Order: sequence, then C-alpha cells, then structure tokens
Amino acid sequence: MKCRKCGAPAAINMREHKLALCREHFLEWIPEQTERAIHHYRMVERGEKILVAVSGGKDSLSLWDVLHRLGYAADGLYIDLGIDEGIAYSSKSRAFCEQFAARQGLTLRVVSVPETYGRSIAEATRLSTRGRKKPCSICGLVKRHIMNRVGREQGYAALATGHNLDDEAAVLLHNAMTWSGGYLVRQGPVLPASRPGLGRKVKPLCRIYERETAAYALMRGIDYIYEECPFSVGSSTLYYKDVLNRLEEDRPGAKLQFYLSFLQAKDGGLFALNASGEAELHDCVTCGQPTSAPGKCAFCRLWDSLAPALPLPQDGLREGDGGQGEMGS
Amino acid sequence: MDPERNSTTLLHRGRRFDVPAGSTLRDAIRKVGLSPEAVLATQNGELITDDRILKPGEEIRLVAVISGG
Ligand code: SF4
Ligand SMILES: [Zn+2]
Ligand SMILES: [Zn+2]
Repeated sequence: MKCRKCGAPAAINMREHKLALCREHFLEWIPEQTERAIHHYRMVERGEKILVAVSGGKDSLSLWDVLHRLGYAADGLYIDLGIDEGIAYSSKSRAFCEQFAARQGLTLRVVSVPETYGRSIAEATRLSTRGRKKPCSICGLVKRHIMNRVGREQGYAALATGHNLDDEAAVLLHNAMTWSGGYLVRQGPVLPASRPGLGRKVKPLCRIYERETAAYALMRGIDYIYEECPFSVGSSTLYYKDVLNRLEEDRPGAKLQFYLSFLQAKDGGLFALNASGEAELHDCVTCGQPTSAPGKCAFCRLWDSLAPALPLPQDGLREGDGGQGEMGS
Repeated sequence: MDPERNSTTLLHRGRRFDVPAGSTLRDAIRKVGLSPEAVLATQNGELITDDRILKPGEEIRLVAVISGG
C-alpha cells in the first residue's frame, strides 16, 4: 500500500477515511485533524491557557505533543492515584509524563492523591461505606475534582483530555444501551464551563481512532506506559470497544459514523435537557465546586465517608477483599 | 530463528503465534483471534500496513492499541 500524498510505502491505512499515509504525512495529518476539530467545535483559542490531563498513556501524551506543536499554551496535569500495587502503575506512568515534559521543556503539574487527600484510590475503594463502588467510579470522581480544582486555582480557560473516538463511541454505546438521557445530553467534544471561573472541558482527539493515536505516539517516538491500570481488567469500556471493533471490521467507518451522527442528532434536538437535568447548581459547602444538590459535593461526601478514625493504612490492607470492603458505619 | 521455514511469527503481548506464510497480514491477525482494528503491526520498529503478504521466516510484532481505563 502506498501513501496517497507521496507514493512512498504507507505506514498506516485508515480504512474509515480510505486513506493510507507514510510516516511523514501521517505525522502532519494528525495535528491538522486535531486543529480542525478544535476550530469546528470552538474548543480553545490560541493564547488561552490549557491544562492537559496526562496519564502517561498514548492518548494524553500525544494530545499534549500535538497541542504544543500547534502553538497552544498547554501545561500538563498528572494526577498520581497511588495505584502502585503489583506493576507500580502510578509510579511508572508518572515517570513517562515527567520524562516527556522535561524533553519538550513543558510545565507539568503533579497532584498526588495519597499525599494530598490521605488515601490512594485502592484505599478509598476499600474504605468506602458505599462498598459497592468500583475503583473506576471513585477514580473518576477524584480526577474530575482535582482537575476542576487545579483549573480554577491556576486560571486555565480549558481542561483538555485525551479521549479518542473509541473512548467516546464506547461511552455512547454504553449509555445508549440504557438510554441514559442525562449522560447522553452532556456527552460531546466540549462541555461548557458550568460557572464563571471554571474551565470548559474539551476533547480535541474525539474524532481520531485509538489505533491512530497509538500510531502517532509510536511514529513520533513518544514513550508511553504500555501496561494497563490493574483496575481496568474486565472493564465495560473494553467490552464495548471490542463490540464496536467487530462492527468496524465489517463496515469501515462504523464507529465514526455512530459518534458523529449522534452529535448531529443531539444538535438537532433529539435529546432535550429535561427540567431535572438542568437543575440549578449549588456551591459545595466544603470545597466550593459546583454540585447539583445543596450541601457537600459527591467528592467531599465520599471522602467524609472513608472511616476517618482508622489510622492511615501504611501497614498494608488485607489482600483479596476485592476492593469491595464495607467498613465504617 | 523460526524452525518452521514456511511460517511467519506474530508477537503480541508476550505471546508468539506461528501463521502460514503467503496470506495477508490482516487475515493472519484474524486467524489468531485478534482484531485488526485493535493492533498495529511493526517490523524492525517501523509500522507496516496489513495488506502485506507474509513471507516465510519473518517476525512481526503486534502492538495492542486499545486501553480500558
Ligand atoms: S482504570 Fe479505573 S482506576 Fe485505573 S486509572 Fe482508569 S479509571 Fe482510574
Ligand atoms: Zn507520504
Ligand atoms: Zn466538595
């Protein structure tokens, strides 16, 4: 297969675009496409301060690289979740982010969850009185909270994440299976700031296949963490991505069409915010972040519930309670 | 390297698969139960497209691209 632009041997074939490109032209194509999405969805303007959430994985580091190359003022935020049992996932992924920032001369902010909030994600999961919570839902809550906090304290106009098309299509399929209107209506490339002073959330890679963000990282020589977070094993995301890839094999472009036609239908009013969906936001009495119910936000309620009387578990928690422990009242 | 002269080796997440030479890489990937949408193929560190006809004795590394976090 030959590169459509120069005829050299192609390094990648993108069946959804009927487009094969060599390394050099693919490395131009990804930033061009990202820039187009940024404009199309009005994500950020040049000169605005952007905070990129980096995990050490291929998507977020590629995004940071692309934004920097395109001339955007993008700092990185690494949230150290303290997931260091087994493969030392957090320490390794942090090292990849630090190495990338140092090589490119970029600013990386680091917030350690265990150091700042006293518990790692695994500990919070085990100690949660809502014992049925999964690590990933706690992790998501914590990451959103920290990202909002840093964004607001440091005055970032936009908070960018490395979500790719496969991530978005998997979430969409998941929510469509149950017609979760409240989630569907809020899913999109841009989530506007819910308050003055809070950044909008943007996903500049939302139209790029995961296979292509990985190819970009490989071709660009970005070192990223290849291992998975141990909590992702058996995740529903992986299941939905697999289902979608089977569709994609038979019908190239199916994933992209699924997502883009959803956005179009949403723009056309298919999913309307109902009265409860657009409920008035309140300020959390503890941290000040917006929350849908008066009082404390979900993050502060969760952290309060973590059996504060227990000593910090430096001596190691029991193995094999599967992160489902029900402790406390 | 490979004892079987008529086969090509695919490497994926620490596993080795010997597949018959002569088919396309895409067919070989499906044959070993992987999705061509979920991997990238590299040879000597360079990415290659999956329309390639496999030659005997070659070694191709498949990089998993889908993460579940
Ligand atoms: S897999 Fe779950 S626990 Fe691990 S980083 Fe992702 S959301 Fe957090
Ligand atoms: Zn070319
Ligand atoms: Zn709060």
